Amino acid sequence: MTGYAFALDAPLRESTAASPAAPLVRLAGVSKRFGEVPALSDVALSVERGEILGIIGRSGAGKSTLIRCLNGLERPDAGTVEIAGRNIASLDERALQPVRRRIGMIFQHFNLLSAKTVAQNIALPLKIAGQKRTQRRARVAELLDLVGLADKARAYPAQLSGGQKQRVGIARALAADPVLLLSDEATSALDPETTVSILDLLRDINRRLGLTIALITHEMSVIRGIADRVVVLEGGRVIESGPVWRVFAAPQAEGTRRLLRPLQPQLPAEIAARLHATPQPRGGVVLRLDVHGAQAQAPLLATLSQHWGAPATLLHGGIDHVQGQPVGTLFIRLPGSGDDTASRLGRSLDASVTAWEVLGHVRDD
Amino acid sequence: MSVMTELMLQALWETVLMTIVSGAISFALGLPLGLLLVATDRGGILPNLAVNRGLGALVNGLRSVPFIILLVALIPLTRLLVGTSIGTIAAIVPLTIAATPYYARIAEVSLREVDHGLIEAARAMGASRSEIVREVLIPEALPSLAAGFTVTLITLIGASAVAGAVGAGGLGDLAIRYGYQRFQTDVMIEVVAILIVLVCGVQVVGDRLAKLLDHR
Repeated sequence: MTGYAFALDAPLRESTAASPAAPLVRLAGVSKRFGEVPALSDVALSVERGEILGIIGRSGAGKSTLIRCLNGLERPDAGTVEIAGRNIASLDERALQPVRRRIGMIFQHFNLLSAKTVAQNIALPLKIAGQKRTQRRARVAELLDLVGLADKARAYPAQLSGGQKQRVGIARALAADPVLLLSDEATSALDPETTVSILDLLRDINRRLGLTIALITHEMSVIRGIADRVVVLEGGRVIESGPVWRVFAAPQAEGTRRLLRPLQPQLPAEIAARLHATPQPRGGVVLRLDVHGAQAQAPLLATLSQHWGAPATLLHGGIDHVQGQPVGTLFIRLPGSGDDTASRLGRSLDASVTAWEVLGHVRDD
Repeated sequence: MSVMTELMLQALWETVLMTIVSGAISFALGLPLGLLLVATDRGGILPNLAVNRGLGALVNGLRSVPFIILLVALIPLTRLLVGTSIGTIAAIVPLTIAATPYYARIAEVSLREVDHGLIEAARAMGASRSEIVREVLIPEALPSLAAGFTVTLITLIGASAVAGAVGAGGLGDLAIRYGYQRFQTDVMIEVVAILIVLVCGVQVVGDRLAKLLDHR
């Protein structure tokens, strides 16, 4: 092997010694355009060692370009991409090869070689790294066990199901002992059940091997399933980032809210149809309450009823758990139709919920 | 064995020899040429548009010359290479020069059809260009490369009959001299029958091979 092989390892050890808490990946000012179209604009983010960072955005938000910058498949026009303290943004194809050998990648369409068996596919990164046949064989057996496909070593990818193919993809990505695993929409082509099993496998690998993972997806459910932190991309810019539970509990950007909507309870259509914009005589007010953390564990409805002086009715919604943190959206109805409703609501609610909104008024039937 | 049977066997051997030798050389030269055409194209693994255009023009140029003209035009080169411009061995030179760009284009199409995601996966593993060619492009395109080679061989069987017209021997030559010029229709029919069997045989073997190599 050439000196290249040590090029990534050397600063890796160096930077760990200098500051063990330094992020494994650090992007600053990364911009990239394709012709006239900007794909990424001034993106800054970091991936901490051992964490799972989820990058979410709708299609065309620049996520694919972003993840390809992390292993040099895409070269940014401006900015730095530091992997283990080394800027790879300016490296040429040849200098990138040893860096890429330490970064595994899995793909939406698996990208397994159809002419090679499962075992040969998994062995390929090892072959590229220059390992001997006997070494490769032992490692492949280990990896097949890890992903639960020990009996499929001699099968060809075409004989496998989607979930099995992705397991082979994962085994292949892990073969050369990567410091970082990149996942490019790895579950987008899979059914929901298989998606869960693949996400579980990734989570398990992250915990057991301490492997750092950066994944992109357009589904909030994937972020919620395994990510520790989330970065939201829109139009090539980072519009929000933070721990997953916090972004779920209190999204700041409108784009994030749009992405979260499918996962959040919505007011049932039959109630929405009966809403009036103005207070109704002998009616009530319908509210949406967002709660998280301690708020979600408090006897919210009871407290609210007490403050209000009349019983609150739960119409829809509930408390969910994201990363072990209670996060919820409740739709409730409070009787009353006076002009002071708004200020009374404010006094009752501001302290006990994260956000609230009057959706409308209903008449009592 | 009758004289006619002997002539027939001799001609068959010459046709097979011309086809196999020129086929093998065209495969050995056409595949790298096809690879270069794919690799040097925009978005390829070794983009170089000048080389790409140059090779493309060379291939198109050779392919636009009618084979009978190429046969005659290449006589000086043939003499230089094999010492004579007449006979079965001499015919291999123009046959090869005609079939190489033909197979290069077929190989180019096969190689281009390899899913770009597979090349990207190999790049992401840190594969070098030659590893991408060896581990991804060629193995993945192999069934299609084999099918294309079958087509090339069959085209060569036809072209070798044309080469017969300028003294290369082979089945085509036999058909023209005996079947056409001497009005021996039975010879003509026999030659055509042998050619049909030959072509079908090559096709069947080629199809089997392509299927055997295909794990998609």
